[in-house]
Amino acid sequence: MKKVRLFIVSFSAFSVLWFLYFPILIIIWFSFNKESVSSFPIEHYSLDWYVKLFHNKSMMQAVRISFFIAISSTIAALIIGIPSAYALHKYNYFGKIILLPITLPGIVTGVAMLSFFPMLGIPLSLTAVLIGHTTFLIAIMITQILARFKKLDPYLEMAAFDLGASPLQAFFKVILPNIKTAIIGAVLLSLVLSMDEIPVTFFLISRENTLPIEIYGMMRRGITPEVNAVATLVFLVSSTAIFMSLKFNKEN
Amino acid sequence: MKKANKYLLLAPLLLWLFLFLVLPYFFILTQSVLTTDDFGKVIYHFNLDSYIKIFTNPLYYETLTRTFIYAIIVALACILLSLPLAYFIAFKVQKHKSFYYTLIVLPFWMSYIVRAYAWKIILGEQGIFNSSLMNLGIIDKPLRFVLYSDFSVILCLIYIFLPFVCIPIYTSFEQISKSFVEASKDLGANSWKTFWKVIFPLILPGVISGGTLALVLTLGDFLAASLLGGPNTLFISNIVQNLFGTSNDKPLGSAVGVVLLVLVFLLLEFSSRYEKKHETQ
Repeated sequence: MKKVRLFIVSFSAFSVLWFLYFPILIIIWFSFNKESVSSFPIEHYSLDWYVKLFHNKSMMQAVRISFFIAISSTIAALIIGIPSAYALHKYNYFGKIILLPITLPGIVTGVAMLSFFPMLGIPLSLTAVLIGHTTFLIAIMITQILARFKKLDPYLEMAAFDLGASPLQAFFKVILPNIKTAIIGAVLLSLVLSMDEIPVTFFLISRENTLPIEIYGMMRRGITPEVNAVATLVFLVSSTAIFMSLKFNKEN
Repeated sequence: MKKANKYLLLAPLLLWLFLFLVLPYFFILTQSVLTTDDFGKVIYHFNLDSYIKIFTNPLYYETLTRTFIYAIIVALACILLSLPLAYFIAFKVQKHKSFYYTLIVLPFWMSYIVRAYAWKIILGEQGIFNSSLMNLGIIDKPLRFVLYSDFSVILCLIYIFLPFVCIPIYTSFEQISKSFVEASKDLGANSWKTFWKVIFPLILPGVISGGTLALVLTLGDFLAASLLGGPNTLFISNIVQNLFGTSNDKPLGSAVGVVLLVLVFLLLEFSSRYEKKHETQ
């Protein structure tokens, strides 16, 4: 009886895991399909779609734009996020307000920014996208770094002060090295999230597409196996980054 | 640290959020009580027509209710799928626990578009679902209803939001002391009874917070419906998208957005109150 129960639990657990991963395996598998129809079973394998992908100018341009947006908005989020996390830690304050940019529905944030940014003199453009991304990345940055501050030994900083360090010295020589891995983890996550973001980008973009918007456009036009290839690459790159980020976050 | 210094450190954050988040939201609120001229240009004339329209025109209130019902279906399905998986990892896995945990965290951060796209290849007319069934001789024509329908959108949303529900449920399973379970068994309860009377009440906060997240995320999602939905599939967020796009009625779009926002806030508030009450007990 006990064995039957264990079997049922394990079987359902593995079925759910299968449900989580099987669609991704399908994409990877079909990206090597020679035919342009994604029917089953696959008869010939090839790397044609990858080659096509690297010759697709608008796709490559979208990749470059996505990298540019991801790197610049992550840097902006770092500059704002680290001092804020430090101050919030000192205050011992953690309000839900910090989480607002992530909990608010993306579509409402998108249309709100779309309506208001022109009033600030920011037209729909990559600049608008950059500001939009930074706004939610700050929230990620603060929550990730604040969690590490909480685990930090408070005597570390006091010891630095006792030994005559100025607040700036204490921060750069004592605090920063101790939260380094959390920062690297948060940076990796921010890069991935920015590279994948659609709801806000969708409304703020003008003519130059980011990678997920370009894929979205291709998907709306129909299935092309090129999307399988690009999706496989996105999956590989982002899961490596997420995996590393999880590792960095665990380190203390 | 001096108080002034702290404010100085927080100043960039507060300024940024005020300019790029608070003000835009405030503007949406304002825009929702304005109106447009004949050319769709927003004019500064106060009226509540947009809100009246939402609650009298079936297109709006019916879509809102339908989306809400779908959101409940998505949340419930995510909870049902999460329970065995989270339970298994928390209680039955002895070796490589962190590996299994990584398996549920990884898709949490993973690309939305890639995961939505997968269902397009699986469910399409020549997709593997239909071609496998045809190869097996179960059907002779592809089933069309599986893609470009409300069904495919709901399936995709369940798939995408599953990790968001699974992680909090797993966390609450992990917090249960094994001695509670043993005590219940010592007192003669069978496994079924132990699960529903001892374990389930303890994981309920995790179930509620995960479920609320899935609800809120579904309400705010316009991508799944526009990628996998049929010509008649319409979620409330698609209405907002259309009103800011082709239909060009920004005041009405803003009003729908505000209604959506209020709904999301109420749900989050309800969930966090429930969790707080549970903590103090």
